Amino acid sequence: MTQSHRLNNIGLINRNKKISFKFNGKKLFGFEGDTLASALLANNIHLVGRSFKYHRPRGLFGAGIDEPNAKLQVVINGQSEPNINATEIELVEGISATSQNCWPSVEFDIGAINNFLKRFFPAGFYYKTFMWPKSFWYRVYEPFIRKAAGLGVGSTEKDKERYEHKYEYCDLLITGSGPSGLASAYAAAKSGAKVILAEDKPRFGGSLLTDDVNIDNLSGKQWADKIISELKEMPNVTLKNRSQVFGYYDHNMLVMFERTGDHLEKKSKYHPRQRLWYIRSKEVILSTGSIERPIVFGNNDTPGIFLASAAKEYMKVYGVVVGKKPLIFTNNDSAYETAIEFKKNGIDPIILDTREEQDTDLINDAKNQGIEIKFSHAVAVANGYKKVKSAKIGKLNSNKTGFENIETVECDCICVSGFWTPTVHLTSQSGNKLKFNKDIDAFVPDKSKQKETTIGAANGSFTLKETIEKSFESGANVAKKLTEKEVNIQVPSVTEKKQKTHDRFWCSPLPKNENPKRFVDFQNDVSVSDIELALREGYRSIEHVKRYTTLGMATDQGRTSNLNGLQLVSNIENKIVPEVGHTTFRPPFTPVTIGTIVGREVGHHYMPTRKSPMHEWHIKNNAVFVDAGAWKRPRYYKQGNENLLEASKREAKNVRENVGICDVTTLGKIDIKGPDSAEFLNRVYTNAWMKLPVGKARYGLMLREDGIVMDDGTTTRISENHYHMTTTTAQAANVLSHLEYYLQIVWPELNVNVVSTTEQWAGAAIAGPKSRELLKKLFPDLDVSNEGLPFMGYVESSLFGVPAKIFRISFSGELAYEINVESDYGLSMWEKLMELGKGLRVQPYGTEALSTLRIEMGHVAGPELDGRTIPSDVSLDGMVSKKKDFIGKRSLVKEAFIKNDRQKIVGLVPTDRKSSIPEGSHIVSDKNAKLPNPKLGHVSSSCWSVENNNPFSLAIMKDGKNMIGKKFFAVSPVHKKTIEVEVISSHYVDPKGERVRS
Amino acid sequence: MLHIKCPYCGIRSQKEFAYGGDATVKRPKLNSEVSDKEWDDFVYMRKSPRGKHTELWHHISGCRQWFKAQRDTVTHEIFKTAKINEEIK
Repeated sequence: MTQSHRLNNIGLINRNKKISFKFNGKKLFGFEGDTLASALLANNIHLVGRSFKYHRPRGLFGAGIDEPNAKLQVVINGQSEPNINATEIELVEGISATSQNCWPSVEFDIGAINNFLKRFFPAGFYYKTFMWPKSFWYRVYEPFIRKAAGLGVGSTEKDKERYEHKYEYCDLLITGSGPSGLASAYAAAKSGAKVILAEDKPRFGGSLLTDDVNIDNLSGKQWADKIISELKEMPNVTLKNRSQVFGYYDHNMLVMFERTGDHLEKKSKYHPRQRLWYIRSKEVILSTGSIERPIVFGNNDTPGIFLASAAKEYMKVYGVVVGKKPLIFTNNDSAYETAIEFKKNGIDPIILDTREEQDTDLINDAKNQGIEIKFSHAVAVANGYKKVKSAKIGKLNSNKTGFENIETVECDCICVSGFWTPTVHLTSQSGNKLKFNKDIDAFVPDKSKQKETTIGAANGSFTLKETIEKSFESGANVAKKLTEKEVNIQVPSVTEKKQKTHDRFWCSPLPKNENPKRFVDFQNDVSVSDIELALREGYRSIEHVKRYTTLGMATDQGRTSNLNGLQLVSNIENKIVPEVGHTTFRPPFTPVTIGTIVGREVGHHYMPTRKSPMHEWHIKNNAVFVDAGAWKRPRYYKQGNENLLEASKREAKNVRENVGICDVTTLGKIDIKGPDSAEFLNRVYTNAWMKLPVGKARYGLMLREDGIVMDDGTTTRISENHYHMTTTTAQAANVLSHLEYYLQIVWPELNVNVVSTTEQWAGAAIAGPKSRELLKKLFPDLDVSNEGLPFMGYVESSLFGVPAKIFRISFSGELAYEINVESDYGLSMWEKLMELGKGLRVQPYGTEALSTLRIEMGHVAGPELDGRTIPSDVSLDGMVSKKKDFIGKRSLVKEAFIKNDRQKIVGLVPTDRKSSIPEGSHIVSDKNAKLPNPKLGHVSSSCWSVENNNPFSLAIMKDGKNMIGKKFFAVSPVHKKTIEVEVISSHYVDPKGERVRS
Repeated sequence: MLHIKCPYCGIRSQKEFAYGGDATVKRPKLNSEVSDKEWDDFVYMRKSPRGKHTELWHHISGCRQWFKAQRDTVTHEIFKTAKINEEIK
């Protein structure tokens, strides 16, 4: 197929480089510099998709972010991505695109039957139809809606592309490189301010590339090129094309995404596809320009109907004509430029102007060139199904509510212009209110809430002379605030053609006896009759009309439909637009890929990984890891074909019988120093700390102010004013913040300092009856006897010539020690322990065996200290001092906490002594009771007791202390298990705690 | 994302901070008689004002100091930040 609609002598594309691509399986050609949209149009392809609700044929309509229809499934670089705007993606070799929302093909789409059923799909159709029965929602309605609502198909494969994030700080961010953006950037840059100029298109210049203007005797394009080339040379300026600022957040934080890869045929290995910029800018200039407004008429969604500005852009930038028999339908002067451009390229357009006969430079130009102009005329209905073939046009009556006559004219495209809408999305996101400007019948920014200024067309300034003058001034003023430098710039002379005001005409009346659909929102298939219906049904607030009809809710955020919708509502309601108000704009302004938002935080980079110094050893010895916060901890060390249960049983048994070592580096460690340390600990912990001697450790329990247990651990008095606190792995960070809060805010008079030393020390627990022997081997010169190092004792020694801390503490309930050594020596210590322990049958044990050991001992941990338990709930009342005050004490006497039948920790064994009880099971008295079955408690931790060789669990149970000996059922609907259980003491092994003292 | 001026480190991104709630809440003194009502007010009851709010922030990924900030809860404007021992009005 040849490029039948490509012009020869116009456009900014590179005709020396032909590019092949595929559309719906067909191989086509375009040129470098094309967008997918312009290449399709060059090949006279208009039909690109089917509409959302009625599956009507839809064609290209805009030339940039204004495009509502051309959302395609595109394969770039072997990866398929849905909902890509054909007008925004640049043509690269090998790109392949297909239409969406159609089956079996865009040419013949079964779903188009909806078009004939349209009276069954009115506004609010979903709300009316899918109401009842409730059970139908999941099985019938939701799947149906999901299928019907199909835009593209998301890929299920892993995204192979690379995405990056970048943080940037600047003095001034300018969004949009049209005349106002360029002028303000230039003025600001001259003062030395650090400026970023962002442009969403590949080419800088905005409307300067297409408007027929003269600046300092240069064309718009030439002037833009000149300014850009000067800016490029300035070290304080960053120019970013292909970059869309899509979000404006608090404190002048803006986010922008840059398309860094999709336009390249080949990328180097680490070249990102897209980059997300977080830009913190002292000042912001919003020069986002304006978007042309359509005029609504019958069948105005037929392929071949364009915004007049888009048709002009296709000619002047891409050298493509959207049709060879164009109708230009306008209510203002700007579309005359499109007509003249057609004429220049040998094509005769007809202009329909809704206004009375006018006399302006542009209109006279058109007249002089022999272009046919019909004043007081409008398009009533477009004819044609997959492409415009003709149009019914007519002379409007005097109040423009009907036609005096109707005639049919042949045409192959209709270029429509309903004047211009400032792009106020970003200014609105910044927090500003909008005000209605009657001169342009559109909303413009009101007072700035943040440090930003909106200029140019985005601020409702539609003449170039004014725009350029004011933009130079704004740029210079903003920069002066930042750099305190005055710049003198010669403002260029601008010649442009004077324009007359537009006509307030945005919706053609229907011709007699005809009722074609007139679409306001193309992407969501919202027509005039839908809005009329919503109002008839009593919806008044524009926010309600929006949600009921889905007007402006599609991915294009109503860029072309918002104002026409508002105008319609105001006409029907007999209000003026500002009374109707407007809906809220929210980020993102244009769709952003999930990949860009995620950036590099994928896979291993999702979050930081913390590893102990012994990590490599664990890997070498077949450790299976488990995540504990950011830490990787060995869960068990697999031998042969062992599963989790078998391995953990073996490891735990070996601790009970011989000796095991466990990596406890992950425990939180906090160094506490200062003369008031003892007093501080005494306030933080529930038990007494004033009399702890140097060289002794103590178990401590800390509460939140609401009386709930926050954390537990041991703290050791290293010297008179120096303590070493340990926390659980999970609470380490919270505990430190908690301590700092009290030291800095509540009790600043205490002379205490706290600092985290978690990463400074590697820790190994040595547990089991033979642990003393092993310790002796590691420290041959140390007195490790029961007298020399008694339970809860502490000594310092050295290992490999560096300090080592030895604590006699136990989590497993066995005779046990914990050794801390400087992190760098952790691996050596571990290897030495394994080597020395050979004869003692030492084995490493993981967190699963660790849990088994503490559960059967009845020691509480995270599952019991779950943010809902007070000390007595977990049988730690003995830890609570009656003599002194501490954090949270006052809460413990609250009514709910002293009730007699208060929940309590208990032990559970299955009556068959075989069935493991799933954690999280509910405890009930009647397994067959009607739901909801009253819950008496829940199973917090489960293990296979290696001591008794049967399952054992800990549970938190209502009135637990009086339940010992009774039988209940543990039910787990998740595991589909019901197990009869007997309640016993939570201390299943060594209830008197003799082993730890042995 | 807010831009917060730590009184010790200067302006930093919100990412480095943790929010700490109302800065005007005073903990009852240790070992003092406290009624249920007073205690509940201290532990649970917080105002959620529209407008100016004096609150605590903790520079957790920085100097680890707690400090006060006066912020508008509607616009997020931060009027002032101060060290804990400084008055903020």
